[in-house]
Amino acid sequence: MSQVHLKVFRGEPGEAPRYDEFDVPVEEGMVVLDALHWIQGNAAPDLAVRWNCKAAKCGSCSGEVNGRPRLMCKTRLSDFAPGEPITVEPMRAFPLVRDLVSDVSWNYEVNKSIQAFTPPANKPQSEWRWQQEDIERVQEYRKCIECFLCQDVCHVLRNHETDTPFMGPRFLVRTAGLEMHPIDAADRRGYLKDVGGIGYCNITKCCTEVCPEHIKITDNAIIPLKERVADEFYDPIQWAWRKLRGKPAAGAAGTPLPMLAGASMSAQPMSPPEPALPAPPARTAPEVKRPRRRSDAGDETASEG
Amino acid sequence: MWKYLPEDRRGEYAATDDEAKRWVDSASRGQTSDARRPPELSTRDNVSRAIYTEVREGRGTPHGGVFLDISYLPAEHVRRKLPSMYDQFKELADVDITKGPMEVGPTTHYVMGGVRVDAETGASTVPGLFAAGEVAGGMHGANRLGGNSLSDLLVFGARTGAGAAAHAAKHAAQSYVDPVQVADAARELAAPLERETGEDPYALQRDLQEVMQRLVGIYRVEADLNEAIDEIGKIRARLPRLAVRGGRVYNPGWNLAFEVRNLLIVSEGITRSALQRTESRGAHSRLDFPETDQKGWGGRNGVVRRREDGSMDVTTTKLPTMPDELGSLLGGGAH
Repeated sequence: MSQVHLKVFRGEPGEAPRYDEFDVPVEEGMVVLDALHWIQGNAAPDLAVRWNCKAAKCGSCSGEVNGRPRLMCKTRLSDFAPGEPITVEPMRAFPLVRDLVSDVSWNYEVNKSIQAFTPPANKPQSEWRWQQEDIERVQEYRKCIECFLCQDVCHVLRNHETDTPFMGPRFLVRTAGLEMHPIDAADRRGYLKDVGGIGYCNITKCCTEVCPEHIKITDNAIIPLKERVADEFYDPIQWAWRKLRGKPAAGAAGTPLPMLAGASMSAQPMSPPEPALPAPPARTAPEVKRPRRRSDAGDETASEG
Repeated sequence: MWKYLPEDRRGEYAATDDEAKRWVDSASRGQTSDARRPPELSTRDNVSRAIYTEVREGRGTPHGGVFLDISYLPAEHVRRKLPSMYDQFKELADVDITKGPMEVGPTTHYVMGGVRVDAETGASTVPGLFAAGEVAGGMHGANRLGGNSLSDLLVFGARTGAGAAAHAAKHAAQSYVDPVQVADAARELAAPLERETGEDPYALQRDLQEVMQRLVGIYRVEADLNEAIDEIGKIRARLPRLAVRGGRVYNPGWNLAFEVRNLLIVSEGITRSALQRTESRGAHSRLDFPETDQKGWGGRNGVVRRREDGSMDVTTTKLPTMPDELGSLLGGGAH
């Protein structure tokens, strides 16, 4: 029987991290999660790994395999060259709980801040009508299994490089599904700009690349939302038109999101040291608040054509 | 020839191998014929028994299953109707199910049985304890049909939530919790962490899985079930020796030490209930009692209870009478 060699991240916050190494017997069709289960059952019963369905539908077993964010239940051992060691680590954008488990609860806080589906108050459900193509469009966003791999890979979240919060790709996907729902009557553009920090995304498309559900996150969710925000807040003609009509720009943004806490650095030796951020400008002067890498939403949409 | 077909649906399917082959041949060519299709799309208990029998009689696939082929359908239709299945076979096994057959085999279907609850509120027989979903018993009879667990969750999840909320509103005061019982439970839970050496909970789980797979599987027979009860007892006797290493934070070995006790209780309940029910019904198939015994067992539910001394009591109770409004929906066929 052939074997694979696994290097598995172990440790708790405040503890010296280490990589434990295991030789795991391989059977046809095995995935990384199977190898971790073998380790739990035969070598390290206290190895912490979060998992549930083993069918790439629950989004629990997210981690980093040889540095790449992946679902461990969907990563085949046969994808690695024979003899190549496989390094398994937790998602490094989030605080460490223990071993391969990270604390993703920040995401649930962000989720709560998004205004839920809001049908028009004066139209009973029996009168809702929408087209098949609208159903198919929003269906793509609903494929999300909340594995948070897109949040993990996103450099804005991973490097903790902003001084105001960024909701991250997963929640831009959810918002896109609501904003493009033909029955939904809410307007989340002010929220996206001021609370969600949509301008922080500079469309590197890493999120799309790691999505196990193959959602075209950047092209189909983030860019259309950026266009809507840019139209509302950065289009000079719209601005002049609103002035003439005396109508303000899209509504109240809501309360600020919590910042994502970093992973415990002592337990994350492979992360580069965090560069010192300049002191955040005062909250009363939003027009000078331009943290690194933040690009103007209007410029981006223009460059995308 | 199709011995696993329900009698009332027999007419819908091919009567002979030859007719089935003619149907498959013409369907694969995109043509219609007067042949009826083979009975692949039956209820899960039938399909599971059929696969099991095919494999045991030496007609299985290389990996011990059978072939399921939907590649005669238009590829676009398969990808649209079964997107996850298409992806999973493609990504995990390099099998394109729009182009050729896939290998399939039976796994655990569903726990048809569970905590006895009141249908309106989800209340169990323990005051303040509510249950809904697969853990609650009685909803699906002897065989849950595909799609019904989702409706179960939506309907009884809502009822149970409302039931639990109403109960909580009526019992605002903090209940008395016996501190001695709490301390005992905490000590018992912590014991495996404190033992230096002992049994690995993963070993107990593996042994229990092997026993249940071998002796309480798709087909059951009295001797096997009795043997399983003995084996479960032997595994239970190893519980006091469980030892796990590591701390209290996200320790799966410690978690399993707790879960394996529950697994033993559920396994024993399943086995004793299967032994008690001397008939075949739904997903429960007794080789020594292959017929459904409507006269003896119709209208009787199995009940599993904990005796004062902690041992398991298995008996039966009368099936509740169907409410009139439900009976009238089913054409007045209440019994």
